[in-house]
Amino acid sequence: MTAVAALPTYADRKLEPYIEDVVRAFMIATIFWGIAAFAAGVYIALQLAFPVLNLGLEWTTFGRLRPLHTSAAIFAFGGNALLGSSIYVVQRTCRARLFGGEATGWFLFFGYQLFIVLAALGYVFGVTQSKEYAEPEWYVDLWLTLVWVVYLIAFAGTLIKREEPHIYVANWFYLAFIITVAMLHIVNNLAIPVSFFGAKSYSVFSGVQDALTQWWYGHNAVGFFLTAGFLAMMYYFIPKQANRPVYSYRLSIVHFWSLIFLYIWAGPHHLHYTSLPDWAATLGMVFSIMLWMPSWGGMINGLMTLSGAWDKLRTDPGLRFSVTAVAFYGMATFEGPVMSIRQVNALSHYTDWTIGHVHSGALGWNAFITFGMLYYIVPVLWKRERLYSDKLATVHFWIATLGILLYITAMWVSGIMQGLMWRAYDHLGFLQYSFVETVEAMHPFYVIRALGGILFLTGALIMTYNLWRTARGDVRAESGADLKPAAAV
Amino acid sequence: MFIKHATIERNTILLAVLTLLTVAIGGLVEIVPLFTIQTTIERVEGMRPYSPLELTGRNIYIREGCYVCHSQQIRPLRDEVERYGHYSLAAESMYDHPFQWGSKRTGPDLARVGGKYSNEWHVAHMVDPRAVVPQSIMPSYAFLAQKPIDTKDIAEHLKALRVVGVPYSDEMVAQARADMKVQAEADGDTEGLLARYPKAAVGDLDGDPSKLTEMDAVVAYLQMLGRLVEFDRTQPGGLRQ
Repeated sequence: MTAVAALPTYADRKLEPYIEDVVRAFMIATIFWGIAAFAAGVYIALQLAFPVLNLGLEWTTFGRLRPLHTSAAIFAFGGNALLGSSIYVVQRTCRARLFGGEATGWFLFFGYQLFIVLAALGYVFGVTQSKEYAEPEWYVDLWLTLVWVVYLIAFAGTLIKREEPHIYVANWFYLAFIITVAMLHIVNNLAIPVSFFGAKSYSVFSGVQDALTQWWYGHNAVGFFLTAGFLAMMYYFIPKQANRPVYSYRLSIVHFWSLIFLYIWAGPHHLHYTSLPDWAATLGMVFSIMLWMPSWGGMINGLMTLSGAWDKLRTDPGLRFSVTAVAFYGMATFEGPVMSIRQVNALSHYTDWTIGHVHSGALGWNAFITFGMLYYIVPVLWKRERLYSDKLATVHFWIATLGILLYITAMWVSGIMQGLMWRAYDHLGFLQYSFVETVEAMHPFYVIRALGGILFLTGALIMTYNLWRTARGDVRAESGADLKPAAAV
Repeated sequence: MFIKHATIERNTILLAVLTLLTVAIGGLVEIVPLFTIQTTIERVEGMRPYSPLELTGRNIYIREGCYVCHSQQIRPLRDEVERYGHYSLAAESMYDHPFQWGSKRTGPDLARVGGKYSNEWHVAHMVDPRAVVPQSIMPSYAFLAQKPIDTKDIAEHLKALRVVGVPYSDEMVAQARADMKVQAEADGDTEGLLARYPKAAVGDLDGDPSKLTEMDAVVAYLQMLGRLVEFDRTQPGGLRQ
């Protein structure tokens, strides 16, 4: 799209000041919660390898800390990246100040952080409704609903008052993310509180209906929070980093509508061979396989945006993160449809294979595209010429990539191995392994996985240092720095 | 088509409405029939709401995130049925608000764990899992045995569940507090309780007759899991979905 070239510059912004303090705060929160999420992940990974780390305290068991890790990663790290980047992108691509102004921006920031803190405290103290990725209880859900409605109004309001004739493709994806997450959140969390002065509530759905509602939500938390929202980031930041227009406008349209239509059907693949009627599971499987196409269409659109600018991968470590993220996205969205096939799922379900799959998406796609965004946006927001150190960013890239590879290969091996051990029969026709023997066999892979997590966390700490020095305006003397083109703004 | 798309991408409201319609379809087609097709829930004998103590135990199970590592959903695969028992029915979780099918088996499935181990084993296992299963990686839940249960608001829980469709009778609500206490008494008069909640595990469940603890509740819950459906009284067609 040619609109990319017409995006506002620093000079334009003096005429119409965009709200950037709020975006800066969101970026700091993204980094903070990212470190928290990765650290929590490392800790619970170590708990599975060394159960003594549960410490015998009720607040530190794996059962309570696992939701803390998943929510910190998805909603705190991912959510702050999405809210912050969307406020940044929508203003610039619309050439309009955020609807509702500074006050709305700060309400979104503090309102969202309050949601995170309320949810996190709940997990540690055992306040949960046990729906995966929707664990917070009714009072937190209500608060998030309020924040989300304000977010929708601010975002859509900015689109409405835009000074560009067209709504840029990144904003379609952000808008779909906001609308769909609202729908999913409200329906899946319908519950009756026991009392207005207590935390406990009971879901209005039960059993099989509750299961499908939950996985309709759960899969589309992936589909719209972790995919559509982050695709919006891809559609803005990769063209900016590569200084090229999006590869194909038509593909963007096909990608958008087919992705949002197909994704929503895929939830039942989480419930193969369960008490869910077969027709629903089959429907989920068929749509999951169809979903491969728009996913790869989007991947192609992102990757091909680099045509004519592939050399930038050598010189721009931020772009390297973004592009590798899209490659991981392609891999995870190929693996997903494979795992949604009933016969494959019979082996993979309930095992670590699922955990590995999720992390190739979460670490490889979501975290990497966020890192790419951060390496681009921090110098822009703090008005610096360039990063403090490209070398440190490169170290971060390789250490994090190695961490992901250790993580997902360990989980492939442990997941497939455990699945095969569960179904193994000896020559007399007895089940060959007791359950606990399969648990014992996981130990080395749990250690390797934790090591992968430690590498990933280390990389993120290096990034934090690098970005902090960048924000301060420091520049590290490095040979080869002259290879880098002037920072695109 | 692509020319018309210019209309959509110039109009925020149109884009938003079309997006909402597009994302609503899949869920409507898949979820709504589960409420309307009557065969979704199998026609079986024996299902009943949880007793007050079982319900409390279930809420502790949820609070501790047990579902994070334990599924309650046996798939109709040869090895699973052999390892855990009859495959799970939709009817068996019809009173589960919310469901506890789980998604990961770091530990074994618990859908039919009821009656497989003694109360003493469960208590010993939760206090120190590695004392009874050396290779276990489960956290210790010794604190459950120390925490007394507050029986005060249990009737409110039953009433809230009644609102969402669980058939608790007026009698069950009225007797809730008494039922809760008597279920974990060493020699309690459990006749009324067992009439209301057949197959409930009764007695001094946690080995500590002096007080009603969270351990009592969790053991009561675990010991009834998967035991309610009367498979020999179920008609052959009753299991068809």
